[in-house]
Amino acid sequence: MGAGREDFDEILRLVRPGARVLDVGCGEGELLERLVAEKGVDGQGLEISQAGVSACLAKGLAVVQGDGDRDLDHFPTKAFDYAILSKTLQQMRNPRHVLTEMLRIADQAIVSVPNFGHWRMRASLMTRGRMPETRALPDPWWATDNIHLCTLADFNDLCGELDLRIDACAALTTGKPARPINPRGALENWRSETALFLLSRR
Amino acid sequence: MDAKDQSDPAIETHGGTWRFPAETALRLDSGASLSPLEIGYNTYGALNAAKSNAILVCHALTGDQYAASTHPVTGKPGWWNKVIGPGLPLDPDRYFIIATNVVGGCMGSTGPASIDPATGKVYGLSFPVITIADMVRAQAMLIEAMGIPSLLAVVGGSMGGMQVLQWAADYPEKLFSAVCIGAAARHSAQNIAFHEVGRQAIMADPDWRGGAYDAAGVRPDKGLAVARMAAHITYLSEEALQRKFGRELQRDGLSWGFDADFQVESYLRHQGQSFVDRFDANAYLYITRALDYFDLAAQHGGVLAQAFQRARAVRFCVLSFSSDWLYSTAESRDIVRALNAAGCRASFVEIETDKGHDAFFLDEPELDRTLRGFFNSTAQARGI
Repeated sequence: MGAGREDFDEILRLVRPGARVLDVGCGEGELLERLVAEKGVDGQGLEISQAGVSACLAKGLAVVQGDGDRDLDHFPTKAFDYAILSKTLQQMRNPRHVLTEMLRIADQAIVSVPNFGHWRMRASLMTRGRMPETRALPDPWWATDNIHLCTLADFNDLCGELDLRIDACAALTTGKPARPINPRGALENWRSETALFLLSRR
Repeated sequence: MDAKDQSDPAIETHGGTWRFPAETALRLDSGASLSPLEIGYNTYGALNAAKSNAILVCHALTGDQYAASTHPVTGKPGWWNKVIGPGLPLDPDRYFIIATNVVGGCMGSTGPASIDPATGKVYGLSFPVITIADMVRAQAMLIEAMGIPSLLAVVGGSMGGMQVLQWAADYPEKLFSAVCIGAAARHSAQNIAFHEVGRQAIMADPDWRGGAYDAAGVRPDKGLAVARMAAHITYLSEEALQRKFGRELQRDGLSWGFDADFQVESYLRHQGQSFVDRFDANAYLYITRALDYFDLAAQHGGVLAQAFQRARAVRFCVLSFSSDWLYSTAESRDIVRALNAAGCRASFVEIETDKGHDAFFLDEPELDRTLRGFFNSTAQARGI
């Protein structure tokens, strides 16, 4: 994953102050900590690693050790205003189920996905004939956690299939500020490295 | 248990027996009431001026108020000396730590070995059956009598964790946070089954005398020791037993008899024998019964989340141990799910360890880190 967390700034911009937020895969709580400090949110994390959970607890964050693939089922319906899943949907065993669950638990979901349709991916695959290794996806195919890669167009299709509304979308590029985009624009599928979506049920 | 246990540089302890006035009775779930009521307790540290730094530590089945001070009978260091002490997660320099003996116990609190005022003799089996909620009610009375309006935290492992859950259900307005370690919201069939084996071992001892052993001047030590041995197996994981003892022998060669050939046999016999010096057989019956009767959801229409409806302002931390098969991670997750459903602020960690249920008072760095982080941030949130 990219070194910068430019996605955090965009998420902080999107989230309403004082909202109830679930951060799925919250790691050591960097985003939650900022959301609490800067937006006064009522935050809850879900994190798979014991070390991540301990780090969150030390920061005074509420965090449950668990697996986004399995344990979202444990949260009650409409418990949160936002469920956030940043840069990890493609690592889920069942991304479709995770999306559905996030929008059961929360009114809106904030999801970012690396775009496999980016021109570097396409060029790399075309010219080298090998799985691309880029800034956004730096690991070789046999070591990557990214098991469900998609393009911007693919993600649009899934949103349509699940009857989700795209309330906002921004392209993220390492080291640059987020750029609002029309996710259905053909050109964006070429030039967006990562896309961040604000989604709700129709 | 740990040979390396070093005794604490004496932590200043205050304590003794809290005697409630004769007209104060403890109302019990069974409908009976208990009077006079005495509670054995120890405290570590000092209550601050705002009375906001008090932490109640709840003990497990065979624990007591000697959480961080030397046990008067065994001479061993406090059972939670890895957690309570200077520089440890529960630091007496920062917190006022209260540890009590549960009602029904045998270390100073009113229990079956106390004198029944109606007869002037030891209660024995005429002692009323008590529950986890009764234990908690007595603790709440003590906290109030001490002039403490609310607790910074209530914390406990095993049966102590069940008391923590009961506190959250019954007195949420008196809690800022709650830490439940290696516990469950109810006793399973397997839990009850193991306890029944222990109770039957005690009752099968001819010296039990229908519970009236005190009058006969005897003690059902053999039965109580067997009960402890059976229970002790449930506190360890298979891996831990294997790692500690394997098939190692006590001496060279087999005895071709029924002496304790294997080290694990010798260990269990020792656990059983040393236990009877510090524990009362009838108290063991009553406390195991209280555990078996525990079912927090059943007290709230069968829905565990209902138990926590009033506890939305309490900060919860639930911990389990990966190799604990007595109160498994799945049972802790059920608690967390109910807390989430009730809209409570809950954290949960499963600590990776091969030490089994007993991990909560052993040297476990990740437990230390987790408790430290949680208590520290909780205290900060309350301005301590």
